[in-house]
Amino acid sequence: MSEVAVRIGAKPGRITSRAILGGIGLVFAIPIIAMIEFTFRAGLGGGYTLDHWTVLLDPEQNDKYAQLFTAVRNSLVLAVVTVAIVLLILLPTMILVHLQFPKLRRVLEFICIIPITVPAIVLVVGLAPVYGVVVRVFGSSVWTLALAYGITVLPYAYRSIQANISTVDMITLSEAARSLGAGWGNVMWRILLPNLRRGILAASLISVAVVLGEYTIASLLNRSNLQTALVQVSKSDPYVAVIFALLALGLVLLLLLLIGRVGSTKPGRRLS
Amino acid sequence: MSVANAPELVNGDAETSGSRRRPSGVPRRRRVGVVKYLGLTPFAIYVLLFLAVPTFIAIGTGFFDADGALTFDNVRALLDPVILGTFLSSFWVSAFTAIVGAVVGALVCYGLLDTRPDGALRSFVNSASSVLAQFGGVMLAFAFIATIGIQGLVTVILRERFGVDIFAEGVWLYQVPGLLLPYIYFQVPLMIITFMPALEGLKPQWAEAAATLGGTRLTYWTRIAGPVLAPSFFGSLLLLFANAFSSYATAAALISQGAQIVPLQIRAALISETVLGRSNMAGALALGMIIVMVVVMTAYSFLQARTARWQR
Repeated sequence: MSEVAVRIGAKPGRITSRAILGGIGLVFAIPIIAMIEFTFRAGLGGGYTLDHWTVLLDPEQNDKYAQLFTAVRNSLVLAVVTVAIVLLILLPTMILVHLQFPKLRRVLEFICIIPITVPAIVLVVGLAPVYGVVVRVFGSSVWTLALAYGITVLPYAYRSIQANISTVDMITLSEAARSLGAGWGNVMWRILLPNLRRGILAASLISVAVVLGEYTIASLLNRSNLQTALVQVSKSDPYVAVIFALLALGLVLLLLLLIGRVGSTKPGRRLS
Repeated sequence: MSVANAPELVNGDAETSGSRRRPSGVPRRRRVGVVKYLGLTPFAIYVLLFLAVPTFIAIGTGFFDADGALTFDNVRALLDPVILGTFLSSFWVSAFTAIVGAVVGALVCYGLLDTRPDGALRSFVNSASSVLAQFGGVMLAFAFIATIGIQGLVTVILRERFGVDIFAEGVWLYQVPGLLLPYIYFQVPLMIITFMPALEGLKPQWAEAAATLGGTRLTYWTRIAGPVLAPSFFGSLLLLFANAFSSYATAAALISQGAQIVPLQIRAALISETVLGRSNMAGALALGMIIVMVVVMTAYSFLQARTARWQR
């Protein structure tokens, strides 16, 4: 019946569809192509060179970019700690609320969506004094910034996990396991977490992606992460900054393609 | 064991111990009741310290002066022509990019209807959209400097091949108009992510029914698809507006001097501590921003609730 849909305009025809997607896709590819072209430029004089890429592989030269490599390490540490916050604080709370406090589900959802309404640029105004205290308690190690990032990723992580929770009847599953004599530890490790693995993986990956791209909070709290270092380096060596931006973009695209794959594998049986 | 009392049973001995094997913990209920609430405390404390406290500080500081005395000076300063000007710039940049982003994004969603839902093209567009919508930031500033900067690829091609100088009237890339293209570049993908589910929710049966009853393209879109999609479209439009309004990274990386939009004004206030000769101005600006965001997001969730009706 799809011909009917096309005729009445509910669906585009093949040609219309490809024209729209091709045209807009092409326009959106231009800035990315321009970035790639830029990394091969020899300089203002014109001509092309591979130097900007090869210099990164040269151990003697890349001392100059030590700052950038440190920043990449910082961002990875932040990503790991943020994922830990999601898995150790958000996930157990979501499971607990789902099983024990059905009335609090809306409240939890509301809390997790707040960071969209209170964006990073507003939050950072209040975070500055909070970090005054954090530094006194935990010191000024890199990882402490992840305490703020745990809040930033809340909406994304919540949505990924919730999407999975709503396809699994956790109450019946845990009840069945309990009635067969499983303790709560067993229920958690062998029943609930395996059933939620897709949501957990998606939440972790999206959190990594958000943390790797974060600039606002880091820059205004004078911390160093990948994005703030990119801005710093771009002032002295724009080529290397653009190369790193492209690499980060590729990495994050890969992560999100992975989320897409995780999401599109056959969904678990509906047990309700 | 009926399903009806399942929550009751699970309620019974939650969180007591992992090894105890008692399916029914009813007698221990009172002690257990307290223990299970303890399970909520880590999250509650975390959210309190890193979301609630910063939000209240951000809003609250605007009401105090440098010595900690209560003042309405800062809040009144929101009405200063300079500050009002930045809010106005933020408004029109957000509104313009939201409208363009919504229209172009909806068009892409329509084009995607002809692709297989689990096909490679659809999943690539989805992933790429999430990347550009959420990861953009600094990278987008670089991308547009490389594209339409003074030595940008497009600038140079236009100048050398077509004799068109896009900067004939001055370099606008590092000013407010320069934000429009990079912002549209992340608005369109956000529209694709948020609007696609609504478009997919249009049932093929509706089109068939309309066709059977002698409907035309025009009647299908104005009488059926249009009204069904309207709440979702305008909801997405609001989300796009909020997204642009609160976006900081791209603007900060592109415009290193000055404070032409509200987020950059907050940067100036945080760095120099004094804007318009007032301290704690950042708090007042944050308050102004939150008010706009709350209004927009409330309208968004209202429209979202109406959308949900058709997506079952």
